[in-house]
Amino acid sequence: MISENEGSVNKRNEPWRQELRSRLKAKERSLIARVKMPEVDADERSKSTVEVNIGLNAEIARREASRCLDCVNPACIEGCPVGIDIPRFVKYIEAGEFLNAARTLKETNSLPAVCGRVCPQEIQCEAKCIYAEKMNKEPVAIGHLERFAADFEQQSGKIHIPEITGKNNLKVAVIGSGPAGLSAAGDLVKMGYNVKVFEALHELGGVLKYGIPEFRLPNSIVDVEIESLKKMGVEFETNIVIGKTLTFEDLKNEGYKAFFVGSGAGLPNFMNIPGEDYNGILSSNEYLTRVNLMGASQSDYDTPVLKGKHVAVIGGGNTAMDSVRTAKRLGAERAMIIYRRSFDEMPARKEEIKHAKKEGIEFLNLHNPIKYNADKDGRVSSAILQKMELGEPDSSGRRRPVPIPDSEFEIAVDLVIVSVGVSPNPLIPQSLSELNTTRWGTISVDEEYLQSNISGLFAGGDIVRGGATVILAMGDGRKAAAGIHKYLQNGFGK
Amino acid sequence: MNRIVEKINLSELVVKLSIEAPEIAKKRKAGHFVIVKIGKKGERIPLTISQADEHSGTITLIIQKVGTTSHKLAALEPGDHVTDLVGPLGHATHIENKGTILCAGGGVGIAPLLPIVEALKEAGNKIILVLGARSKDLIILEDEIRKVSDEVVIMTDDGSYGQKGLITKGMEDVIMKNRIDLAYAIGPAIMMKYCSLLTKKHAIPTIASLNTIMVDGTGMCGACRVTVGNKTRFVCVDGPEFNAHEVDFDELLMRLGAYKEEEYSSFKEYSQAIK
Ligand SMILES: Cc1cc2nc3c(=O)[nH]c(=O)nc-3n(C[C@H](O)[C@H](O)[C@H](O)COP(=O)(O)OP(=O)(O)OC[C@H]3O[C@@H](n4cnc5c(N)ncnc54)[C@H](O)[C@@H]3O)c2cc1C
Ligand code: FES
Repeated sequence: MISENEGSVNKRNEPWRQELRSRLKAKERSLIARVKMPEVDADERSKSTVEVNIGLNAEIARREASRCLDCVNPACIEGCPVGIDIPRFVKYIEAGEFLNAARTLKETNSLPAVCGRVCPQEIQCEAKCIYAEKMNKEPVAIGHLERFAADFEQQSGKIHIPEITGKNNLKVAVIGSGPAGLSAAGDLVKMGYNVKVFEALHELGGVLKYGIPEFRLPNSIVDVEIESLKKMGVEFETNIVIGKTLTFEDLKNEGYKAFFVGSGAGLPNFMNIPGEDYNGILSSNEYLTRVNLMGASQSDYDTPVLKGKHVAVIGGGNTAMDSVRTAKRLGAERAMIIYRRSFDEMPARKEEIKHAKKEGIEFLNLHNPIKYNADKDGRVSSAILQKMELGEPDSSGRRRPVPIPDSEFEIAVDLVIVSVGVSPNPLIPQSLSELNTTRWGTISVDEEYLQSNISGLFAGGDIVRGGATVILAMGDGRKAAAGIHKYLQNGFGK
Repeated sequence: MNRIVEKINLSELVVKLSIEAPEIAKKRKAGHFVIVKIGKKGERIPLTISQADEHSGTITLIIQKVGTTSHKLAALEPGDHVTDLVGPLGHATHIENKGTILCAGGGVGIAPLLPIVEALKEAGNKIILVLGARSKDLIILEDEIRKVSDEVVIMTDDGSYGQKGLITKGMEDVIMKNRIDLAYAIGPAIMMKYCSLLTKKHAIPTIASLNTIMVDGTGMCGACRVTVGNKTRFVCVDGPEFNAHEVDFDELLMRLGAYKEEEYSSFKEYSQAIK
């Protein structure tokens, strides 16, 4: 197993790092302007599925990496949920050793090409960067650099596949192939376990495949990561619903000694307002699944998708942003976000909001739908919106939206995508009555090893956190893998 | 991939396929369904498991040719493979000895009804079955049904077989003559709606098995949502069976038509492609 973070300070003192630091004065480094990610023209991209961000080239990436001051106490690492040795990978980029940069990422992050694209860096590592915290400047573009190094490795054809030594022939089952499951599988296989991932859908990747669109995270990027896991010996089986096709009992009988459940947040929430069941009103999960997983926007695929001229997407998260930008790409004349708070409270990644604005997405912030009307065939034809204002902060610390009386008005819509959160997937809890869950339906686990009340059954990602992020799901997968290792090696000393 | 081992044409529009699926055959109970996808570019559709044989490791699906996927499926031959098959999904039917049970099966709804009737019969219930279809050639599985029922009434719209009239007429006659403890209605949504209105009038508890549009079938998308007792429920993980008297059938009927245009054009393309 690769030891984590250990000696990131010692590594800082390696001669090559010292030499690199001495090449440029801190002052000179700090005068370099932050790189701007090149992107496909907004008009052009909003008519296709092409990835919006083009990626950095080697020269620009090295210049951006040279902005990093290689701090003595790098706070960025604390901002990273999986504790990537950020200065080391960035300095490898500055030194032009891109494969080493990728390898550094992979010591603690099994999906760097994914995370470089979808992590909310602005509230994690980049928020802690000395430039942002102390110097009132734009932080080092850590996310863009992560993507650069990971893509470089993918394209080099020299993907590092860690050698697996000391197979122990113990079988571990991973349920769900989203980021939580994939990262758990990656760590477990490196520790010598026989790992098999069971996935309910016909495709691997979880939300990375069915949720996040091609223009933000190409499927091919996810597939390369899954291929690497296969090369390391992880087995995958699709079309298996654990709890239905196979039970935990069956898996035990087949010799599985421990389980990691990463079954995600499924069940979309609705607002339960009048008219919400009209045709043309659907969850973002359904909309995105039809387009991303089922290919519904391509004429040679069988799955249909409703197209709208005036599309309203309710919500302000990443899922809402992905839906509204997808609707634009499928030809909507008006593609609108309807969000009950303001830009400041929006949970979506800042970059996505910026991209959406450029693509002509309309933002009706401080608005909330209260009712829908339909035409004679039951297809939604308008929404009644109420204006909101921000009141006192609520328990989440965000200012609570309060309706403004008599502010209702009607807008024409023919497609509404409801994106107001998800609840945990009920399948696993339904099939294991002795499993402890919280009142929100998430699986209860201990904080240190993520073990549930059933010994040997661990869980992480959205099924434990409710809707969270890719990196937190991955972090959970790693933590649980360590827990499973401990459990199988010495039963937690019990 | 799952291999097709047998194919029988039950009528011009209905075929029966036996498919290798040992795990599903072992697990399935009456009321369960599977999701099927044909080809890389196919869609995911739900189909009730009609029968299963644990020893040969096969399940039986009965398919009425209505749209693109059902036609593609019906065009497969023994030896061909179903690209993706996942299940058993949904909650199994709650089986209990209730006394006398009236089962109403409309058209191809007779197929999902069969395993439920078998299980109810085995639990000791008296079974009275009313089958309804437009005409004689659309009545399927009659022999199998007769084997497990105490009484069978057949109704056809055109009178070409059994009695002439709607399924509700046959049910009403049965209700007049017998004390019914529980009713099941499975078939087209419009038929279930009227069956449910009838049994409500007679205060007979009734269960309907709903056939909504689905995508994943695992509780992830909400395409299958229905309103039952004024609450939003997901058919794939909360159903497929619900208290019929609480189901908002008008909404269900409306939602079943959501993709009518898209489905029609997809089917037109498919029909032209195979010509
Ligand atoms: C549209 C969208 C955009 C997002 N954008 C971002 C973003 O930009 N940045 C970010 O950090 N996060 C984002 N998120 C959130 C992020 O994707 C999730 O937090 C993350 O994917 C959770 O990972 P997971 O592994 O827990 O679950 P999932 O990715 O949901 O994977 C769970 C998998 O388990 C399978 N499964 C469920 N039950 C069973 C069973 N019984 N047997 C077998 N398999 C089962 C499911 O089919 C699924 O494939 C987004 C989410 C969505 C929906
Ligand atoms: S079919 Fe998607 S939630 Fe039921």
